[in-house]
Amino acid sequence: MTAAQNTIAIAGNPNSGKTTAFNRYTGSRQHVGNYPGITVEKKAGIAHVDGKTVTLVDLPGTYSLTAYSLEEVVARKVLAEERPGAVLDVINASVLERNLYLTLQMLEMGIPVVLALNMMDEARDQGIIIDEKRLEELIGLKAVPTVARTGEGLPKALAETIKLAEEKKGRTAPLEISYGPEIDATLKEMTPIVEETKLLTHKYPARWVAMKYLERDEDIVSQGRAASATTSAALEKIASRLSDHIKTTLNSYPEALIADYRYGYIASLLRQGVLKGVDELKNRIAYSDKMDKVLTHRIFGPVIMLGVLYAMYYLTIEIGDYPLGWVESFFEWLDGAVGAALPDGLLKSMITSGVIGGVGGVLGFVPLIVIMFLLIAFMEDSGYMARVAYMWDRIFRFFGLHGASIMPFIISGGIAGGCAVPGVMATRTLRSPRERLATILTAPFMACGAKMPVFLLFVGIFFEDNKALIMLLLSLTGWAAALLVARLLRSTLIRGASTPFVMELPPYRLPTLSGMIIHTWERAWQYIKKAGTIILAISILLWAAMSFPSLPDDVSAGFAERKAAIETELSAFPYKKLSDEIAGLEEELDGLGANDPKAKELQVRIDDLVAQRDALPAGKLKVEIDELTGQVDALPKDPAADKLREQVAKLSESLEWLKPEDAGTKALQRQLDELSEVLEKTPSGAIEAVIARKQKERDELPEIRLEANIAEIENEEAAATLTHSLAGRVGTALERITAPAGFDWRTNIALVGGIAAKEVVISTLGTAYSLGEIGDDEHSLADRIKGDSHWTTANAVALLLFTLLYSPCFVTLVVIKQESGSWKWLFFSLIFNLALAYSVAVAAYQTLA
Amino acid sequence: MEQVSLRTLDEGQEAVIADITADGEMGRRIRDMGLVPGVSVQVVGRAPLQDPVALRLLGFTLTLRNSEADFIKVTQ
Repeated sequence: MTAAQNTIAIAGNPNSGKTTAFNRYTGSRQHVGNYPGITVEKKAGIAHVDGKTVTLVDLPGTYSLTAYSLEEVVARKVLAEERPGAVLDVINASVLERNLYLTLQMLEMGIPVVLALNMMDEARDQGIIIDEKRLEELIGLKAVPTVARTGEGLPKALAETIKLAEEKKGRTAPLEISYGPEIDATLKEMTPIVEETKLLTHKYPARWVAMKYLERDEDIVSQGRAASATTSAALEKIASRLSDHIKTTLNSYPEALIADYRYGYIASLLRQGVLKGVDELKNRIAYSDKMDKVLTHRIFGPVIMLGVLYAMYYLTIEIGDYPLGWVESFFEWLDGAVGAALPDGLLKSMITSGVIGGVGGVLGFVPLIVIMFLLIAFMEDSGYMARVAYMWDRIFRFFGLHGASIMPFIISGGIAGGCAVPGVMATRTLRSPRERLATILTAPFMACGAKMPVFLLFVGIFFEDNKALIMLLLSLTGWAAALLVARLLRSTLIRGASTPFVMELPPYRLPTLSGMIIHTWERAWQYIKKAGTIILAISILLWAAMSFPSLPDDVSAGFAERKAAIETELSAFPYKKLSDEIAGLEEELDGLGANDPKAKELQVRIDDLVAQRDALPAGKLKVEIDELTGQVDALPKDPAADKLREQVAKLSESLEWLKPEDAGTKALQRQLDELSEVLEKTPSGAIEAVIARKQKERDELPEIRLEANIAEIENEEAAATLTHSLAGRVGTALERITAPAGFDWRTNIALVGGIAAKEVVISTLGTAYSLGEIGDDEHSLADRIKGDSHWTTANAVALLLFTLLYSPCFVTLVVIKQESGSWKWLFFSLIFNLALAYSVAVAAYQTLA
Repeated sequence: MEQVSLRTLDEGQEAVIADITADGEMGRRIRDMGLVPGVSVQVVGRAPLQDPVALRLLGFTLTLRNSEADFIKVTQ
């Protein structure tokens, strides 16, 4: 036996339990890949039965082998070219007639087949009794009743298939049925031509090739043309003659007649005593119908569905946030550990910012992807996904999409805060290629979670009174952009009639947990492998763009000099001297064992120095402030005071905006004074007032002011490095182009960084404003923007729209490449979205400014 | 018997397929799902916006758009 004959393929209709059977046979001994160049999954695994080991290939689920969809092309290609020893055809026993259509087509190809009459439990429940002996007699195949969910009958089915494979070695006499007098006669005329010229006969039976010419099968005809143009032309001529004849006499098409005769053949088989006691609309289907009465009800249906989709979104994004946080903390810890272990310099910067940042970014998405795929697996396997498509199709069709497009949109941020990475991957549930591509390309317009910090910051500054409304409008703008661009794409680049919707609504079933887990793990692993490698390379490149060229030596020397000068001045202060000495001793102490006699001595000296330091004004004030803060924390909770505090903060913030001569400034000031006075009368308020006074006093001490100066210089240096780097230069160079949209060079740098990950827009803006690291507290940046006369509402609106619409982040771009199977669409997304965002931002700025 | 478009059937109504007038991909998809002359179908539901339509035939449920149902002629 050759390798191929040692292979068994599993074929069958979608929803026939084919994949459940495959998972049962192979368990974890399977691997998933893609067929080259396309996104159809290739699953293979190892199975053992009766001491024999075989390779199982899980063909994509198809209803037919007519080769219209990618799945069918793949299934037929594997059957014809890889020639598995035999095929185990998994059939949904309750829908025998339609399932046998695929079986018949495999028999026509001369493929040895064993039938697994699956879901026998459901069939029995419906009162369907199948006489499998009679079926075997009539069709000449082994038929084994199975229940894939429990494993019943599966070993026997596989053993029979292996037996058949050993006997037939991948080939058997093709089944020849009648397709009616006209077609039979024409086939008789064509078959000898095929045989004589050996056209494709190394792969397919001669009569089958002739029949495919009559069916106008594009794949076979083009293969035939490539093999022999003259033979192909002769066959095409005969085929078109018959086609014309059938059109005039019967007003039909050869492929229609062939399909009719195939179904007729199946129906006549089943009438010869194979099916007994078919009592339709019983149990499972009846039960499913009842559920559909509610779940697809005109009013309840959409309401329940929105609830389910919201729950999905919530579980993916909100629950996913916890493991996401763990992964992030782990990488932060790793970042710190590596940072401490390595000496300062380029290597450290590359490893921490480039490698750890990049890989951490990719792995951070894994929890989201795992949760999303688990939920999608549940929705698909339960049969609900098909209903989602059924209910929303009417609306999405208008935009050239498919009913099933709604889910990727929602996960991408259709409900604000999603993520386009799992969103784009969720398009795998769409079987229509054009609709799927349009969904992939437009899902990133949604308001994803990483765009949120930018929205919150600017909406908070410029639309303080209408925060919720503006956030909602941004979300809706995302939807509008996605749907309109989808419509545009479907009438231009991805033009073409909508793919037929014709789709099965399988009965509701409870999915098996193992199936869901295998399904999820495979996809998550694929993501880690593929996205991981590309992202690692890209994030190192991006790090380089933001760090090189480094500052010229004289400039960085200038910064160093300024810092050194302040440090010298600072070291003259006893407070600083003592602090440095304490720090040195503490380090020494850490190096000693706890039982070291020297440790005690050291501790005494440290305590002594600390006492000396705390006696100095800066030290004394710090001790007092710490003490008072402790007192406030120890006080019982006081909601009334907290509320006052919030009001005071808000008022003083608004006041910063107003000029003294503005109307209302005085009134606000008075209100603020009054509230502050009340606040100072509460226990915590009173202490806080003292703290604030002491803090101010301390900040004004020369040694503390000098320390602040050093931090300022460091931030200035970071800003200078960024401006000098390639990314910074690009940002500055772009200023001329982005001026019509109202963006200055700082915004440009931040937006360039945002292509790596939208999360970095705010932090990069902070660096550009020499604010150092922007942590949870974004007030400093908000204050700077408020204080910067460059920023008006017009700039803010332009920036908000630009951020919403511009290029997807790198991880999304890579996933777009992966899911669309082409680099072309990655670059399209990058460039088209940038152009769209730019036009919208310019339009908004020019209108408002 | 008079042939009408499948679209015109009401919920719950049964009919027998008389003809499929679709060609190419559409025709093939429809036939692959078992919609061929002589098969009896029943409309079991419609989506909230009256389109697509859900059918029962050969023991399973199928859904297609109204525009696709127009290619299917039935007799009652």
